[in-house]
Amino acid sequence: MFGEYFNRFVMMFVFLVAAPFIGGLLDGIDRKLSARMQGRKGPGILQPFYDVAKLTQKQLLAVNKFQLLMVMSYLFFVMLSGALFFGGCDMLLCFFSLSTAAMFLILASTSTHSPFSTIGSHREMVQMMAYEPMELLTAVGFYLATGTFRVLDIVKADIPAILYAPGFFVGFVFILTIKFRKSPFDLSTTHHAHQEVVKGVTTEMVGIEYATTTVAEWYENVFLLGVVALFFINSNPLSYLVALVAVAVVFFLEILIDNTSARVKWQLMLKLAWGVTLITGGLNLLILELIQRR
Amino acid sequence: MENLVAVLICLPFLLALLPLAVSNEKARGCVIYAGGAVILLLSVITAVLWFQDGTTLIFDLPASEIFDKIILAGDFILMFVIIWLSVKHHKTVISFLSVIQTGLVVWVELFGPKVEHTAHIRLDWLSFIMILIIGVIGVAIGIYAVGYMHGYHKHHKDIRDRRRFFFAMVFLFYGAMFGLVTSMNIIWLYFFWEITSVCSFLLIGYTGTKEAVDNSFRALWMNLLGGLAIAVAIVYAIYAEGTVNLYDIIENGKNAGLLIPIAMLAFACLTKSAQFPFSGWLLGAMVAPTPSSALLHSATMVKAGVYLLVRLSVALNGNSVGQMVYIIGGFTFFAASLLAISQSDGKKVLAYSTISNLGLIVACAGVGYEETSWAAIFLIIFHAVSKSMLFQCVGAIENATGSRDIEDMQGLAVRYPKLAFVLMVGIAGMFLAPFGMLISKWAALRAFVNAPSTLMVLFIVFGSSTTMFYWTKWFAKILGLHESRGEDVTQPSEYISMYFHAVFLILLCVGFPIVSKHVIEPMMLDMYGVSSPVLSEGNIAIMVIMVCAIFVVPTINYLLTRKVKDQPVIVYMGGANAGDNKNFVDSEGEAKELQISNWYMGEWFGEDKIFRPSVAFGTLMLVIFLCVIIGGAI
Repeated sequence: MFGEYFNRFVMMFVFLVAAPFIGGLLDGIDRKLSARMQGRKGPGILQPFYDVAKLTQKQLLAVNKFQLLMVMSYLFFVMLSGALFFGGCDMLLCFFSLSTAAMFLILASTSTHSPFSTIGSHREMVQMMAYEPMELLTAVGFYLATGTFRVLDIVKADIPAILYAPGFFVGFVFILTIKFRKSPFDLSTTHHAHQEVVKGVTTEMVGIEYATTTVAEWYENVFLLGVVALFFINSNPLSYLVALVAVAVVFFLEILIDNTSARVKWQLMLKLAWGVTLITGGLNLLILELIQRR
Repeated sequence: MENLVAVLICLPFLLALLPLAVSNEKARGCVIYAGGAVILLLSVITAVLWFQDGTTLIFDLPASEIFDKIILAGDFILMFVIIWLSVKHHKTVISFLSVIQTGLVVWVELFGPKVEHTAHIRLDWLSFIMILIIGVIGVAIGIYAVGYMHGYHKHHKDIRDRRRFFFAMVFLFYGAMFGLVTSMNIIWLYFFWEITSVCSFLLIGYTGTKEAVDNSFRALWMNLLGGLAIAVAIVYAIYAEGTVNLYDIIENGKNAGLLIPIAMLAFACLTKSAQFPFSGWLLGAMVAPTPSSALLHSATMVKAGVYLLVRLSVALNGNSVGQMVYIIGGFTFFAASLLAISQSDGKKVLAYSTISNLGLIVACAGVGYEETSWAAIFLIIFHAVSKSMLFQCVGAIENATGSRDIEDMQGLAVRYPKLAFVLMVGIAGMFLAPFGMLISKWAALRAFVNAPSTLMVLFIVFGSSTTMFYWTKWFAKILGLHESRGEDVTQPSEYISMYFHAVFLILLCVGFPIVSKHVIEPMMLDMYGVSSPVLSEGNIAIMVIMVCAIFVVPTINYLLTRKVKDQPVIVYMGGANAGDNKNFVDSEGEAKELQISNWYMGEWFGEDKIFRPSVAFGTLMLVIFLCVIIGGAI
């Protein structure tokens, strides 16, 4: 009993310490791959770390100092969500906590009364509305596949969740494009230099504020890729290897989509996201229900 | 106990005469405060005395034959009031509904087969919770109303001052609700149910404008339809089951499959708790002064519907009545939250959110598992406190700024910090993880996955994302920048009530494991014969941590960032700044005020797009299921 708690705390600790490094590295790889796809050489893989380091040293030009504390709260709740997930807690609670985090980001952005960041934050809210159903359904998918919401018990299942919940997996990967802020769904803010609303949600974030947001995004990305991995992990140790490959494939796929598609309007995003959620998640749910009934 | 409960029910009816009698405003205020305090005290004493034992009590009131006669006479009085008012306003058709149901009940009572005498009153865990909600939240609203109505009539000189009548109705409401939640005899229940219908009708029509009168009659006919359903249930119960005991009826529904009275009662609950297709009346109720909205939405009226549904929930598990209830509830949860997106009127958003939230409660009760009933009770408690507070706050904001439009609440945190604080706590209580909604959503999702019901899972996940949207954009509006500080005209009595709610809500959030363990779990044991903790200890710990984090983390961050040096700058406007954050340079080189508006997406989620289809869907579901249920029974 004690050993289990100890392991869980170690996992949480490892996540909290290692996630920014992994997230930053992934960001670097992302930039490199994107550059190559666009026929550029691209920056070094460690560039994101240099960027963040420089951001922290900049002077804080604040429209509303309130924004800084909101951004810090955002970071805290993203860290909490990830820590709960890697600590083996209840998946639904992880996602609820992530929604709370997202709300702090929106409060940070609207507190400035800036036209560009306000448009960005409203788009961000629409994005949340678009992806949240699938996010919660993913937790439901795991529950149906393994009989529990607890990550700790999900990883002990005999059969990987993906076999029961392929639809949920497809749906989750779809909304991952929104969560990673990748084109065609990078409405609220983007990593590329061609956003029509300047930098959207993060327009008014300067120096340490922007650095905090970036680190929070790294944490979030690692957490979400963890969910992708969870679809493949089961009691068999080899499954961790499979999961790693799956994560790499999904990650590459997101970068590919990002570089080959153009931004859509929010209407289409909402339609697509809800449609895909209904078709993949809903259908998978229905099929599992029918099997269970029989 | 007998005497105490008799006083608890009767005293508000007597106290209702006092505000009628006192014409001096100051004196009347004192009378209302004193009366409210007495009711509050009585309800708490009753609750505490009962809690010491914690066992279900079944008894008759002293002199119960007299009460029976009074109730019989009361049925007639209510009928005549309805007839008189409908004829007066040229809506005579509505009075037929009242005549039919009163006729049915009185006829079966006087000339129907004699049934075995049943005790009239039953006190158990659910009554205990409801008595506290009515006594504490309801009275707080009454206290708030004294200050509010004072300001209201200062602003609205054109509206006739009928405050004496208004407060009489408020007291009547308390009495009717106390009676409703303690009645065991279904004829008594019906009587109190009708009083709440008529009281709310009178409260909605308070201002006497055409809109108010129309809306009040809409509320009346919808609720009378529910009353008619109860009358049918009474007739059926007496003829087919030979009982007027609500708990026998529930028992028979559960074990002997006698579903018709259960279906009729459930139907009545759907009308009262404003589910689709009956949502219209609660939206129309907005025209009344804010305290009556607060009263209808939080402690009384709509809560009567969900109260009875939770009672029925044991008989709803796994049958077609339950299906009818949870499908309509789930659908209402989703549809009303969509509709809330397109609204910018603060009160209207609150109204839709009430309907939506009640939908979730109805769905939880309808599926009838132990864990969903548990969730339903929590939602009832959290919703009562947050919604009462939110209505009071929006009312106070309207009195202070002259508008209750969300667009006009830009930077409320700067202009009216105290009101903004209350508003934020209330909004957080409605939707933010880890408060009320979350635990209930958690339990409901798990229950519907187990049920299994794909449709319901989809309703809940989509409904929760749309709920998030409309609350977040309101929340974001409050925290925006604003230059000036406004003059706060809110009366102390209003603040007392609002702060009381805020503190109560925060305590509830932090203390919910205790409430769950000592109140709700014993109640589940009573209702289902078993009781297992719905949330594991680990999850409870996480939720409590999250509650604390929501308050603590921003505070710590505030302290951390307070000393950080910053250089104030103005916002980025692509170089078109006119020197401050509020203006920009337009194409003619002149400074123009910058307007920032929330998204309402009317062409997607507007009332004209969604409301009618929702009513149609609700009606269709009701008709289909009622056909199935009645057809199945014959």
